[in-house]
Amino acid sequence: MERDTHFILGVYEDEDVLLHAVEQVRSSGVKIHEVFSPYPVHGLEHVLGYKRSRLPIAAFLFGLLGTSLALTMQFYMMKFDWPMIIGGKDFAAVPDFIPVTFEMTVLLAAFGMVGVFMISSNLKPWAQPRIFDVRITDDKHVMAIDIANNNAMEVDKIKEILKSSGASEVNNKSFE
Amino acid sequence: MAHHVQNYNLDQKFDFNSGIKKPILTVLVIGAVLLGIGIILAMTSGGHAEEGAEAGAHAFHWYERLFANIWINNVYFTGIAIVGVFFFAIQYAAQAGWSAPITRVMLSLGNWLPFAAILMIAGFFLMGHNLFHWWHAELFDPNSSEYDSIIDGKGSFFYWPMEKGTFPIFYVARMVIFFGFWIFFFNKFKKIAAAEDQLGGTSHWFKMRSWSAYFLVFFAVSSSIAAWDWVMSIDTHWFSTLFGWYVFSSWFVAALSAITLLTIFLRGQGYLEMVNENHIHDLGKFVFGFSIFWTYLWFSQFLLIYYANIPEESVYFVERLTSDVYGPFIFVNIGLNFVLPFLVLMTRDSKRHGVFLKLVCTLLIVGHWIDFILMVQPGTLGHNGGVGLMEVGSLLVFGSVVALVVLGGLAKGNLVPKNHPMLEESYNHHI
Repeated sequence: MERDTHFILGVYEDEDVLLHAVEQVRSSGVKIHEVFSPYPVHGLEHVLGYKRSRLPIAAFLFGLLGTSLALTMQFYMMKFDWPMIIGGKDFAAVPDFIPVTFEMTVLLAAFGMVGVFMISSNLKPWAQPRIFDVRITDDKHVMAIDIANNNAMEVDKIKEILKSSGASEVNNKSFE
Repeated sequence: MAHHVQNYNLDQKFDFNSGIKKPILTVLVIGAVLLGIGIILAMTSGGHAEEGAEAGAHAFHWYERLFANIWINNVYFTGIAIVGVFFFAIQYAAQAGWSAPITRVMLSLGNWLPFAAILMIAGFFLMGHNLFHWWHAELFDPNSSEYDSIIDGKGSFFYWPMEKGTFPIFYVARMVIFFGFWIFFFNKFKKIAAAEDQLGGTSHWFKMRSWSAYFLVFFAVSSSIAAWDWVMSIDTHWFSTLFGWYVFSSWFVAALSAITLLTIFLRGQGYLEMVNENHIHDLGKFVFGFSIFWTYLWFSQFLLIYYANIPEESVYFVERLTSDVYGPFIFVNIGLNFVLPFLVLMTRDSKRHGVFLKLVCTLLIVGHWIDFILMVQPGTLGHNGGVGLMEVGSLLVFGSVVALVVLGGLAKGNLVPKNHPMLEESYNHHI
């Protein structure tokens, strides 16, 4: 069976039930594709076993880039390209450069982090989001299980596990 | 999820036994020996005295360096003590839940306040004439050759309502009022805390919140004025409008470091078992964030003075940056108080594990002490200052005495506010 096309969805009403269900489903050997919820559920990423985000590393590197760009730019402009005497200081008056350097660091760190987040989360403007169940934008939590990822297990068995973990509905969902 | 609240021992008391006292007393003795050697060295070296006379100022005496030292440590540890109370009040005013089990640790720093009050007031009377240039009557006498019209214009801030150059009653009154109210609020907090431990209920928490709010208003004004009085008035001609904040931020980082170290120490001793790495992480974030806040204020003060380059303002930094004695310490100051915490405490892991925090917090306490040396010494000692045996010795003596007083005070009450209404929230604190 093709990956990423055929799913089983468990629909949950309550976040506490959901958290326990995730633990239960994972411990019974079923691999969860993704869990969708209308609001952030505290501790969900923990029970799903997600690794810590590496976004801070990207932010740090972009910040470093901002720092060096800002310093390079100012040194080049003020010392080499168009030297000007301002307030009787040296051409390369480093303390004067710090506010611009600070702002460029913050700007690039923030933009870089947002950009990396959007790319890594597939949030590009022309992306076609797949809606597993419209009620995840309202009041239902949905656990999606990729059938192709759980070849070792019967579909009925997976549905059984979802039901017993507290799902109020268990549905099939396929994408083109 | 599914946190099961364990049955913590909420009646625990800190046992200040000889095993903990001994190392502190050892440090005290080492500090006293270093201080003694430093004093003897300063007394026997006569070279500096002549230089002072040549510069046209009064001859430099060895005891002036001791005076400046005592003043630096007085102001520094007074600040740490009152900021401990301030941070405690912030927790209640902000209705913070995460910090509930460590509020008593914060408050315990205030135990130093009564001693600080005596040392500051007595110190001012004994040493003030040597430390503060404005306490010289001839500056205010228009017929004297020493007459200084700028200081004369500022004189009322010290001497009102008496005649300028006599007795600085306004200055002394401010010092007494500040300490009086600080100690009053500290005792009030202690009393409410003790009543809460005995009687329980939420009414004490609400009472504490109200008193915290009153204290914060008073502290906002008094901490700023204290910084002008005790530190900025040493360089009498010079002024900086953000000086009060700058001194406060230095105190704040030092006190946060002290609170963090104390919490990690108590956990190492087996107390406060409900405090886990999430709470330590939050303390680490405070240390990290307010180190950057300090840098921001330091740099704001520096950049504007550097850029505008008005002589009566820039003299402050010229005096320090061009000096062989103080120049290098400017960079030590920035390195210890900004670069080190910024780079080391940036990652999540370093804030959650005690090793890094212990290292950084210890160095920050030294770093902000150097900050105060840079504020006080150039104005009082000229080029006769520096960090020598006398400075290190007096820091160790003061530090260990403060530690004895603070830990002694901590041992008297309950370590955990067992009836704090948000204790449960704090157990489940997770970040």
